[in-house]
Amino acid sequence: MSSPRTSDVLVIGGGIIGLVTAWRAAQRGFGTAVVDPAPGGGAAQVAAGMLAAVTELHHGEQTLLGLNLASARRYPEFAAELTELTGHDLGYRRCGTLAVALDSDDRAHLRELHALQQQSGLESEWLSGRECRRLEPLLAPGVRGGLRVDGDHQIDPRRLTAALVAACERAGVVFHRVRAERLSVAGGRATGVVTPDGTALAAGQVVLAGGSLSGRLAGVPQDVLPPVRPVKGQVLRLTVPPRYAPFLNRTVRAVVRGSQVYLVPRENGELVVGATSEELGWDTTVTAGGVYELLRDAHELVPGITELPLTETRAGLRPGSPDNAPLLGPTELAGLLLATGHYRNGVLLTPVTGDAMAHALATGELPDEARPFTPRRFGAAALSEQPA
Amino acid sequence: MADDLLVLGGRSFSSRLIMGTGGATGLEVLERALVASGTELTTVAMRRVDPSVHGSVLSVLERLGIEVLPNTAGCFTAGEAVLTARLAREALGTDLVKLEVIADERTLLPDPIELLEAAETLVDDGFTVLPYTNDDPVLARKLEEVGCAAVMPLGSPIGSGLGIRNPHNFRLIVEHARVPVILDAGAGTASDVALAMELGCAGVMLASAVTRARDPERMASAMRAGVEAGRLARLAGRIPPRYFAEASSPVEGRAVLDPERPAF
Repeated sequence: MSSPRTSDVLVIGGGIIGLVTAWRAAQRGFGTAVVDPAPGGGAAQVAAGMLAAVTELHHGEQTLLGLNLASARRYPEFAAELTELTGHDLGYRRCGTLAVALDSDDRAHLRELHALQQQSGLESEWLSGRECRRLEPLLAPGVRGGLRVDGDHQIDPRRLTAALVAACERAGVVFHRVRAERLSVAGGRATGVVTPDGTALAAGQVVLAGGSLSGRLAGVPQDVLPPVRPVKGQVLRLTVPPRYAPFLNRTVRAVVRGSQVYLVPRENGELVVGATSEELGWDTTVTAGGVYELLRDAHELVPGITELPLTETRAGLRPGSPDNAPLLGPTELAGLLLATGHYRNGVLLTPVTGDAMAHALATGELPDEARPFTPRRFGAAALSEQPA
Repeated sequence: MADDLLVLGGRSFSSRLIMGTGGATGLEVLERALVASGTELTTVAMRRVDPSVHGSVLSVLERLGIEVLPNTAGCFTAGEAVLTARLAREALGTDLVKLEVIADERTLLPDPIELLEAAETLVDDGFTVLPYTNDDPVLARKLEEVGCAAVMPLGSPIGSGLGIRNPHNFRLIVEHARVPVILDAGAGTASDVALAMELGCAGVMLASAVTRARDPERMASAMRAGVEAGRLARLAGRIPPRYFAEASSPVEGRAVLDPERPAF
């Protein structure tokens, strides 16, 4: 690496996606820097960390499923590598997921999901309400049935983020703890960023990995600016005291009268309850209504949660894209790559994103599994859809 | 009636009135009511009281020498109820538990399937289980079969004061039971508890009827008297009901018009 203000690769954004990109780039021998006022922050600080490729399957998202599955398959090795390198325990837990239905409408919905999973060749098992409750005795007696998906695991995103920061540091990644004010473009090529005090950080290649903020970085040409918007999610953290442990043995989730609720039990006693989905711009306030709805639905699913301490309420912003899939790799602007728009799947897609971005930085092309996620799929179409 | 004892899981009580503490407006009022009721066994919701904190309702019971009957109020699943019972046993050192598993907050009616499962688990675990149950003779029998030390059917929903809505079911339950049957929930006034005892209940459990009465202490005395009156009447044996009058002094030569005992 040359001077600290010049690098081969400059990553804008030090959330999990930016960090994994920087780490993998540095491992490939690129002199790498990250620009972020507070590296290790971002949506992953709020996320529950479900690695739910199978239970998060939606109609029309089979392409995304391929990428999700590829990333899920890489998780064991990815987590082991990070832990070995940094000594951080990531809270990676292969506990599986149980998706249940509480009434006949929700049951029909879940049946449909099961059919789609089977068409897609995924492993999931339909269980009666009684069988669900044998697995998780604290589930409400009204459970009508459910899907057992042993392949949907979980990780603690906060610990994952901390480990990625440590891994970056070990790999020699430079952290510029400032905000990227604008992208520098010269001769039709991205050349770095300018910080608020006017300092120029130069780089051979720039990766925009700013989460929901990616869509509003100054200096990015309109036709390259990623169509990413913030989607607010409120998430609660409860604690399972040792005398109530284990409380739940696996991730439990349901659609309760149309809204998603999940409970993710960590081995350290944390129980994450999420999440709302709100299109309210950059608002990250926690509201009485958000907390009420989450607790109401979670209580309907697992009545005993009322006994647990409520230790944290927080809201984060998912980087939503028009097709709910990420934008990865080179853009129409030479020297600028994107790694953003991961929406609900940022934590799940972290391993595959790191690999795909390192490959793209080295070769100029995305690897096969990531090719459908090129930002170019939006190019002209996204532009023509913009209101005047 | 010194030798007429209520026996629950090997413990004997000379009072057949089990009190609850829910709804009391204050500890002083509650204490006077408990004394007036003559109760020797009183239930406390373990989810609402921390036994390690001094000065709570548990301290009142300790001072009065009343045995604590921990209950699992507020549990919706067998799993929660079992967990709550085990925590109570650990905290209080008693194997007695009044088992409640409710189906919903609006009716507070027991969830029979969860109840039976929890009862079975707790009996296996060495508890003396006193289940709050529906007034369903079949369920009562099943609870007895899994080893409950008593069955405690509701007369009507908790706190409703509607009395015993289905005396016929109580009669069926009492007729088949080989464990004590205790009216739990629904008593509104003294005649309700007297009726329960006349129907053959071995005891009565109540809270709201006393704690929410205008004068809890006096109502507690009334309930005590009601239980005793009903018990005495049951033991004494009531006369068969008749359609027509029968003079208390014999009338020679009077025909017996209906020798069959009329339906009650």
